[in-house]
Amino acid sequence: MRFISYLIDGIRLGSVYSIIALGYTMVYGIAKMLNFAHGDVIMVGGFVIFTVMSTWGLSPVLAVILAIIVCTVLGVTIERIAYRPLRKATSLAVLITAIGVSYLLQNLALLIFGANIKSFTSVFSIAPLRLAGGKLSISGETLITIVSCIVIMIGLTLFVNRSKTGRAMIAVSEDKDAAVLMGVNVNKTIAITFAIGSALAAIASVLQFSSIPSISATSGAMPGIKAFIAAVFGGIGSIPGAMIGGILLGVIEILGRRYISMELSDAIVFLILIIVLLVKPTGILGKKYHEKV
Amino acid sequence: MTETWRKFSKSTRINTITVGIIILIYVLCQIMISAGMMSYLMKGLLMQFCYYGILAVSLNLTVGILGELSLGHAGFMCIGAFTSAFFSKYMVDIIKNTFLRFSLAIIIGAVSAAVFGVIIGVVVLRVRGDYLAIVTLAFGEIVKNVINALHIGFDSRGFHIALEAGKLELLEGGRMIIDGSQGIIGTPRDSTFTIGVIFLILTYIIIANLINSRSGRAIMAIRDNRIAAESVGIDITKFKILAFTISATLAGVAGVIYSHNITTLESSKFGYNMSIMILVFVVLGGIGNIRGSMIAAVILTLLPEYLRFLKNYRMLIYAVVLIVMMIFNWSPACINWRKEHSIKGAVCRLTKKISKTKKEA
Repeated sequence: MRFISYLIDGIRLGSVYSIIALGYTMVYGIAKMLNFAHGDVIMVGGFVIFTVMSTWGLSPVLAVILAIIVCTVLGVTIERIAYRPLRKATSLAVLITAIGVSYLLQNLALLIFGANIKSFTSVFSIAPLRLAGGKLSISGETLITIVSCIVIMIGLTLFVNRSKTGRAMIAVSEDKDAAVLMGVNVNKTIAITFAIGSALAAIASVLQFSSIPSISATSGAMPGIKAFIAAVFGGIGSIPGAMIGGILLGVIEILGRRYISMELSDAIVFLILIIVLLVKPTGILGKKYHEKV
Repeated sequence: MTETWRKFSKSTRINTITVGIIILIYVLCQIMISAGMMSYLMKGLLMQFCYYGILAVSLNLTVGILGELSLGHAGFMCIGAFTSAFFSKYMVDIIKNTFLRFSLAIIIGAVSAAVFGVIIGVVVLRVRGDYLAIVTLAFGEIVKNVINALHIGFDSRGFHIALEAGKLELLEGGRMIIDGSQGIIGTPRDSTFTIGVIFLILTYIIIANLINSRSGRAIMAIRDNRIAAESVGIDITKFKILAFTISATLAGVAGVIYSHNITTLESSKFGYNMSIMILVFVVLGGIGNIRGSMIAAVILTLLPEYLRFLKNYRMLIYAVVLIVMMIFNWSPACINWRKEHSIKGAVCRLTKKISKTKKEA
C-alpha cells in the first residue's frame, strides 16, 4: 500500500513536470532554442498567486486567472524583446540570453519579495480521497494535478493537430522558410507558442506550489531544469513524449527518494537520463534525423 | 633582434606577446601588493582571475574549438577540487614538504578529472548539440549531488565511506575528511597567486599550441564539417575524446588551485550556475578566442565586485548587461548597424566618396 501511495505521489510530481515540459518542448520544436527562463516564469506565476491570495486576500479563482494572464504576457514580452532579435544568431547566443532573462526574473523577484522562503496557501480546498478503508489517501492537490495534466495533454494534441494555428506551428517547426511561402506568419506563430507555453507554466505553478507549499525566488529553477530533462527524456519536440518523460521522471524521483536515498534522488534521475540518451540519443519518442551529405 | 623576431611565425609572436602581458600584469600586481596599494578585496580577486581564467580557456576548447556545448564544466572542476583536497588533507601530516604535496595534489586532481573527461568524451560521440548540453548538465549535477552525500573519514582501521553522517562509526582519534554537504574543511592553503598565474600561462600555452598543431586543425575540421572531416581520414573518435579530456583535465587543475585557496570546500558551489558562468565568460569573450576568454573572465569577475555599491540591484544590472551585450553582439540587425556606424566603415565610405568625386571631376 505504501508503494502505491509513493507511485501516486510520483505521478503527481510527474504531471507537473509534464505540463512544464510541454512549454519547453513546444518552444524548442518551433524556435529551436532552449528557453532556460521557462522555469522562472513558473516562479513568477507562483508569486502572482501568492500576492493575490495572501497579501491582497482575494479569491483563489481570481489569483489563478491573473497568474495565467501575467505569465502569458510575460512570455510573449520576453520573446519579443530578448529572443526575436536573435532569431538568426547562433544557438549559443540565444542560450546565454535566455540565461540572462532567467537571472533577471530571479533577481527581480528577490528585490520585490526578499530572500526568505514564503509559505504558500494551497489554491484548492478539496478533501483527500480515501481508498482501501482509509489506508490509501490521495490529496485533493494530487487529484487535480493528474486530471489537469490529462486534460491539457488531450486539449493540446487536438489543438496542434486540428486547428489552423496548430498546424501552422507544425509547419514552422518542420521548415520555417517553406512555412513562410505557404503564407504562415512565423513571428506570430512563435509568439503564440510562447503564449501557450507560458500559460501552461502558470498552471504548473498553481499545481506545484499548492503541493509543496512554499515559494522563493529560486524555486522555479530546479523544476524547470527537471522538466526540461523530462522533455529530452521523452524526445524533445514531441507532445506525448513530454508527458511520458515527465511522468517517468516524477516516478523515478519519488521512488528513488523513498527507497534509495533522499540526497541522491536527483543524481539517480540524471544518471538514468544519461543512460537513456546513450541508448536512444534522441529520447524515447524522438524523431530520428538522417544527416545528408 | 627584430630579425629573429620576424623569423617566428605569426602565432608564436602573438602567443609570446600574450604571455608577456600576463607576466607584466603579474609583476605589477606583485609590486602593488608589496607597496601595500592592493586592497584586501583585490587580493582575493587575484586568485579568482587565475582559476576562472583557466576554466574559461579550457571550456573554450570544448565550445569554441570542438564546437560542442558543455554545461557541466564545473563538474570537472569539482572532481579536481575534491580529489586533491582529500589527498592534501589526508597527507598534511605525512608529507611536510609543501611543494611536493601540492605537486602531487595537482597531478591527482588533473588525472581524476581526465578520467571523467574520457568517460564524458565517449558520451559526446553518441549525442550532439542540445542533447549534449543536457548530458553534460546532468553530469555536473550528478557529481555535485554524489559528493554532497558522501562522508569519508579514517581511523586506525582504515578508511570509512558512508552516505549518511551517523553511519561512519569512526574510532576515537579518527578524522572526518569529507563531511557531506559541509564538504572538506581545512585543506592546507598551498596555492598562491604565483602558482595560479603559472598555471594560467601553462593553460594558455597548451591550448594555443594545440590549436596551431595538426591535432588542433583536425579538431576544428570536425567542428566545421564532421562528414567532410571523416571522409578525409580524420579519426573523429580520437580527436573528440582528446579535446574533451584536455578540457576536463585543465578544469580539474583549476579545481585544485581553487580548493587549496579556501578554508571550506563545499560541493554546492559547483552547480550548473557555475558552469553557466564559465560559459558566459567564453561566449562574451568570443567563441574560439582564447585571449577573449581570459579578458572576459577578469572583467566579469571584477564587474559584480565593483557593482557592490548598487547592493540588491547588482545582479539585476548584471543580468540586463548580459542580455543587452548578447543582443548587441549577435543580433543580425545590430551587426549591420555596427558595420554602418563603425569608424572603419565611415573612413572607407569617405575615401570611396573622395575617389568617386575625383573620378567625376
